[in-house]
Amino acid sequence: MANYSTNEFRSGLKVMLDGDPCSILDNEFVKPGKGQAFNRVKLRNLKTGRQWERTFKSGETLEGADVMECTMEYLYTDGEFWCFMEPDTFEQHQADARAVGDAYLWLKEQDRCEVTLYNGAPLSVAPPNFVELEVVETDPGLKGDTASGGTKPAKLSTGAVVKVPLFLSQGEVIRIDTRTGEYQGRASK
Amino acid sequence: MNWKPGAGIGQIQARAALLCKLRQFFAERGILEVETPLLCDSGATDPAIEPLMVERGASLHRPRYLQTSPEYAMKRLLAAYGEPIFQIGKAFRDGEAGTRHNPEFTLLEWYRPGFGQHQLMDEVADLVRLCLGERPLQKRSYRQLFLESLGIDPFTASIGELEAVAREHLDPGPLSGDRNLWLDLLMSHSIEPQLAVLGMCFVYDYPASQAALSCLVPVDDVIVGQRFELYVDGVELANGYFELTDADEQRQRFEQDNLRRREYWLSERPLDERLLAAMSHGLPSCSGVALGVDRLLMLVTGALDIREVLAFDWERS
Repeated sequence: MANYSTNEFRSGLKVMLDGDPCSILDNEFVKPGKGQAFNRVKLRNLKTGRQWERTFKSGETLEGADVMECTMEYLYTDGEFWCFMEPDTFEQHQADARAVGDAYLWLKEQDRCEVTLYNGAPLSVAPPNFVELEVVETDPGLKGDTASGGTKPAKLSTGAVVKVPLFLSQGEVIRIDTRTGEYQGRASK
Repeated sequence: MNWKPGAGIGQIQARAALLCKLRQFFAERGILEVETPLLCDSGATDPAIEPLMVERGASLHRPRYLQTSPEYAMKRLLAAYGEPIFQIGKAFRDGEAGTRHNPEFTLLEWYRPGFGQHQLMDEVADLVRLCLGERPLQKRSYRQLFLESLGIDPFTASIGELEAVAREHLDPGPLSGDRNLWLDLLMSHSIEPQLAVLGMCFVYDYPASQAALSCLVPVDDVIVGQRFELYVDGVELANGYFELTDADEQRQRFEQDNLRRREYWLSERPLDERLLAAMSHGLPSCSGVALGVDRLLMLVTGALDIREVLAFDWERS
């Protein structure tokens, strides 16, 4: 991979740092008028998700990381691996629990996900921002109670538990914002 | 093709008004406006400053440096005429681009024969108040500031101790370097952000290793450079000196700079013999200061990125 100098660090650039692939989030040039120049760089470790700031001497270089983001279709899980497919090539990739992380709570077959590949293997999985999932378990719906604003827990087909309004019943399909885990409404039929 | 300016018309008007105000300030005080060349035969030796060079042209016998500040030429005027002078002009520094830096920028520099550093600080404060309105004035010595903010003495702490404090607050990875590197890192990353709450704050009496072109004097048990920096709302706005006037010592400083440049694998700079000759002739005792006009305009207009105040920043020029 190519090397990148601090002045080429841009948000979104993927580099190797301390042996891990990292994504650059922000790069601030810091230089006292009569002093040495630094770059204060905000990074995210793509393996651990940790975000932090590292200071470099201006002009230092880092090796680029072989990281690619692909939109893939989620196929199925065997409990150990989650299988994704590139829609154009039909190439399949197996992601382990570490790569999938909490995303498994929102994975529905045939949904499109953003899969980050590192050296060709899945490193992380981002579910779609909104998913539609079936309620498989919840207290019986209180008919007509659309105004009280109360909520109750509901278990979804993926195993995720979310708060839903009291009027919802088992078997209904609802729309969830995966970034917050919040109920958005009944799914459009 | 994106041909449009990055600054809105309000910013362009604010710049014109600011330049007018600055010139009026100096006219009222009887300080003479001067112009010196942008393309110079010799450049700054400071290891932390890289000039841009012009290499080709029938008028050039050898490459010339775009000035990084008008300091040397203005000191030659001081040596010749001894008058208080100011200049508003462009300066260029290679590789400096960010939210507070543009490789080409506008610098205001002025010199006051007979002034000490504190007298000049007061004048800088007057100018800043004229532009930004009334605000409290704070002064801290470099030593006091490090002791208050970080509990470490920048003059007596070992390099290892400075590094340890830096690593407590920051992640510098495998960074390594001399004393100045750790002092610069602590100053710019840990202390500068804290200065934001102090409004207008002068930092003065720098370690000898950071004296640049200021006069060295003993203060308490250490030698300090009579240099000051002004921070306004945490933005580094100006840098000034009670100027070194001794030609021999100036030559030694240039040579020390070149020594450091060699250590950092930078090319050495030819010494400005014309400046040294002028200083041998006699530079009046004086203080001088350089102030970033684009940054002052940022403070005037509340802009957070220098690109907002430049008609055409580096990417658009």
